Amino acid sequence: MLRLEKRPSPSQAWNYATPVLAVALTMVAGGLLFLALGKNPFEAIRLIFWDPLFSEQFGAYSRPQLLIKAGPLILIAVGLSIGFRAGIWNIGAEGQYIIGAMCAAAVALAFYPTESFLVFPLMIAAGAFGGWAWAMIPAILKTRFNTNEILVSLLLVYVAEKLLAAAATGFMRNPQGAGFPGSRNINAYGSASNMELIANTGLHWGGVAAFIAVIFAYVLLQRHILGFHVRLAGQAPRAAKFAGVAPARLVVMCLGLSGAFAGMAGMFEVSGPARLISIDFNAGYGFTAIIVAFLGRLHPVGILLAGFLLALTYIGGELAQFMLGIPGAAIQVFQGMLLFFLLALDILSNYRVRLALPAQKGEAR
Amino acid sequence: MDLSAINPVVLIASLMVAATPILLAGMGELVVEKSGVLNLGVEGMMIVGAVSGFAVAATTGNPYLGMLASIAAGAALAAIFALLTQVLMANQVASGLALTLFGLGFSALVGQSYVGIVPPRTEKLTFGPLTDLPVLGRILFNQDILVYASIALVAAVWYWLRATRSGRVLRAVGENHDSAHALGYKVRRVRVLAILFGGACAGLGGGYLSLIRVPQWTEGMTAGAGWIALALVVFASWRPWRLLGGAYLFGGIMVLQFNLQAAGLRIPVEYLAMSPYLITILVLVVMSSNRARSSLSAPGSLGRSFHAAG
Repeated sequence: MLRLEKRPSPSQAWNYATPVLAVALTMVAGGLLFLALGKNPFEAIRLIFWDPLFSEQFGAYSRPQLLIKAGPLILIAVGLSIGFRAGIWNIGAEGQYIIGAMCAAAVALAFYPTESFLVFPLMIAAGAFGGWAWAMIPAILKTRFNTNEILVSLLLVYVAEKLLAAAATGFMRNPQGAGFPGSRNINAYGSASNMELIANTGLHWGGVAAFIAVIFAYVLLQRHILGFHVRLAGQAPRAAKFAGVAPARLVVMCLGLSGAFAGMAGMFEVSGPARLISIDFNAGYGFTAIIVAFLGRLHPVGILLAGFLLALTYIGGELAQFMLGIPGAAIQVFQGMLLFFLLALDILSNYRVRLALPAQKGEAR
Repeated sequence: MDLSAINPVVLIASLMVAATPILLAGMGELVVEKSGVLNLGVEGMMIVGAVSGFAVAATTGNPYLGMLASIAAGAALAAIFALLTQVLMANQVASGLALTLFGLGFSALVGQSYVGIVPPRTEKLTFGPLTDLPVLGRILFNQDILVYASIALVAAVWYWLRATRSGRVLRAVGENHDSAHALGYKVRRVRVLAILFGGACAGLGGGYLSLIRVPQWTEGMTAGAGWIALALVVFASWRPWRLLGGAYLFGGIMVLQFNLQAAGLRIPVEYLAMSPYLITILVLVVMSSNRARSSLSAPGSLGRSFHAAG
């Protein structure tokens, strides 16, 4: 008989080992999935995890993509992780990402075609504000009316998607676009363009922002009283209350911060790789970032690494789709399985698994 | 715009159809939450139910086999959730999200070869002369079998939770798992069974979408129905009959919104399509604003994981 014994405090060693183990198990399970799809599992795994980085044929194209995809994932996940630590579940980052992008695009379109170095910073502020404002809806409803922030933030994703569709086909449509949906090309508008900073690295301002966010979150969590309150509220809500942590302030802070980060990610995307506001502008970064946050164990440095890994599955997934005809949805399944394994393995850091003989009858324990 | 194009009898009859998926899924989730477990994976279980039911029905030509497949698929996905949260003690919120993310991907993968296919028709039941009654006949006596089954499910769950021993055990487990454990009830077993039941209901709700309501398979076709079902449980204050009322209210909003689009209301389609989500949020706010009342009706151990010490 296996018996679980709760550890007094989570095991540090397992804390580092479980994400690695989860990735390994996901590769095995993913291999079986590809086998079931009639593909060579070894070739598929190599195409996803190895070839984008090291293949001579694809590397030149794929390597810059890594930073392009990892940037928004890391930026969003860092914001989410702070809330998750405090037990505040913002799962609507996808919506905040969309609204942030729309606000930034609105600024760019309003100034078009004026050339000024002020436009780009103004867009960043607008993006952050848009995401923040969208996240304030669940935050205020939570603090004022005790409404569940999980459901509200998620439902607002659908509202944001409809707004995006209305913008792309209506009020933000390119007047010179011959009636096609989609805004002007913001990436081609010099002052608003989020260009590659160093040629062929894929690094644009979004990547820079992601690195800054990682450092910011690290300092906040380790060195600042607010970070201490966040950790306290997550680990011991009652103790936090006695220590004078105001739950309402924490909710507003966590949701606002994650919303602003997600909004900025949307801004960098619309002015960079996505180029314009279109109906299918959002690519699910807001949801994948949840997996990134968990894979990184809600730790800024962990999230940095996890962001690159998940970005790799996107790029490798495209490669596998192109080379082997593996459907794009298979990658989504793969990412979902990763989260399953992560959550399942968490037991190893929180509990000691003991081999125990069934207790004999009448024996006092 | 032409409001006369909206026929109230057809409207009521179709709102019952529109409400059935969220009613089924919501009923399942109500039982799960009554046992003290919060499963946020309803959306994922629904969409996997939708695609599995569609695939089986399209392959065999029998919609009822498809519905059985929906039930089995929903329960299978719920079994993963049960394993994660009840055996491996994982966080319920995160596990539910994982279920949804996985379900959306899995359904897209399985459903690829079924896009654009028309499923076998599910016949509406007729009750001889009753069906020919002027207004009531069309509304009450000319629906498909699952509309009736969903209402029967509400009655059954209501009676079961209220008046049977096993139903009361389930409620005890949900209200206070430590006391229930001390009384000798199998907390974990009760919860696993409740989770499986919830998954089966959500799967069937999804199957209803792809087989009867739409009827077609498109990627991501549940479009938040699972989340609306979750909100519905809060709206209903965990009471079965209120859930029925809430589901029909939402069904009405969805159908009306479609009808207004068709009637040519001078508002862009996107804004009308937003309304179900906005109204869901509004309803959540109203229901949860009264702190004392909402904390009384929610099961006491909701969302807390149980680990028997020693």
